Amino acid sequence: MATHPGGLITTAPPAVRTTRLVRRFGDRVVLKELDLTVAPGEFTALLGRSGSGKSTLLRAVARLDHTVEGSGELVVPERVSLSFQDSRLLPWLRVLDNVTLGLRGPGARERGLTALEEVGLAGRDRSWPHELSGGEQQRAALARALVREPELLLADEPFGALDALTRIKMHGLLRELYERHRPAVLLVTHDVDEAVELADRVLVLEDGLISVDLAIDLPTPRSRRDARFQEYRDTLLTALGVAQPPLPTTG
Amino acid sequence: MTDLLPTARSGPALLIKGAPAEDTAHAGPTVARGTRRRLGPGRAVPFGRLIGPVLLVALWWAASASGHLDPRILSGPGSVLSTAADLVSTGRLQDNVLISLQRAGLGLLFGVTAGVVLAVTAGLSRSGEYLLDGPLQIKRAIPSLAMLPLLILWLGIGEQMKVTVIALGVAVNMYINTYASLTSIDSRYVELAEGLDLGRAQFLRKVVVPGSLPGFFVGLRLGVTSSWLGLIVVEQINATSGIGYMMFQAQQYAQSDVIIVGLVAYGIFGFASDAGVRAIERKVLSWRRTLAG
Repeated sequence: MATHPGGLITTAPPAVRTTRLVRRFGDRVVLKELDLTVAPGEFTALLGRSGSGKSTLLRAVARLDHTVEGSGELVVPERVSLSFQDSRLLPWLRVLDNVTLGLRGPGARERGLTALEEVGLAGRDRSWPHELSGGEQQRAALARALVREPELLLADEPFGALDALTRIKMHGLLRELYERHRPAVLLVTHDVDEAVELADRVLVLEDGLISVDLAIDLPTPRSRRDARFQEYRDTLLTALGVAQPPLPTTG
Repeated sequence: MTDLLPTARSGPALLIKGAPAEDTAHAGPTVARGTRRRLGPGRAVPFGRLIGPVLLVALWWAASASGHLDPRILSGPGSVLSTAADLVSTGRLQDNVLISLQRAGLGLLFGVTAGVVLAVTAGLSRSGEYLLDGPLQIKRAIPSLAMLPLLILWLGIGEQMKVTVIALGVAVNMYINTYASLTSIDSRYVELAEGLDLGRAQFLRKVVVPGSLPGFFVGLRLGVTSSWLGLIVVEQINATSGIGYMMFQAQQYAQSDVIIVGLVAYGIFGFASDAGVRAIERKVLSWRRTLAG
């Protein structure tokens, strides 16, 4: 399936559609009649300063905000997987049992093993989560998300807690897995470079509304030294209200 | 002060102890030797837990053998052993031990079941919490043994009352600790379970039960101890069998050796049951990494 920059041309029903989505905490309105459409198989990154409502939007799309007041319409697919900043593996389940947690039907074990192999954790299925390194734990969490064959993958700063080297490897892995399985992805991040490197469309959330909707038209794998990469990056940094530094920063 | 910090600060420590000042003061950077001060308890010795009890028995033996211990006050280990052998050969000890074990076991069974059911009910539903937690926290403040007069009034002095007293004490211990552990399960795990669309039963089995097991075992160990305590008390109230009854009788005939046999029996069962629970706990909670290793 080809990607549709900006999610403009699509015949299939959208993976995500929010219509006039409102979420408020007390008097503070966090999402202000937000409209968003994500096409099936589209890799979208969501940027925004802290407090801009990124996580609120993600939790709304994940339908995990039981106690939050709000209104608006929300259409999401049936199979949605989540990944969090912490790997959130249950410490009392072995890695494979964590991956297959909640999986129904026969062959769950085999599917779990395949998913572990895919994220490079073959042979670690009998390990306890605390025996894995931070990066490996996040890989296991990714396997748990993928084993459900999601139509939509929601990721809330999944690499935020990793060291720089591990993060680079995880970027490559996520993009590779995305290209193989093609779920729609909504990746919340505060890292502009990460957004431009991974996503085909970058949104900037500001004051509860989407202020920038930018299609990234670059072939993958992307190099941060590419001049056009720099252009996208500068555009987004400006949109985020950050003065552009003369040299690219890491992390 | 400096003497307390030997390895890491060997430079300054030497200086204060009066070594030639000029030599060490400009000796360059301090060199640390060996590994750092260990703050955890260190490696475990096999059967190390038995050292304390064995030492205690050895002391008793020594005191009695050297004549420092008046046999009228406390019989020596030798006479206690021969009395125990007599009690075993007549079958009196086994009969009494068996009936005591049955009481403690039944009380433990009912108490654990009730405590866990109450904890799960109170921990997983708001209405359960509002209805159950208050009364149980109040009950916690009243020692189970203080309920004895009321329970005798209601249930008489038979086995029913004895098992109920034991079960009550166990149940409160189980409830308090299991409930505390259950309600402190990380809310992020609950969110994870919701995100994975787990059903009620699976949520219970994969998240709630394993997450509250640490508290369950704390409660179980306290519960086992309290079941022995309850047993000792109820067996001295109009009982006609059991270790407590045997000891009570011995008191009337001034047989301190029989009393000791009873105490040792209580002690052995108390120690063994606690060790048993510990062993199960270590096995079940093997996923945990703690200070004790």
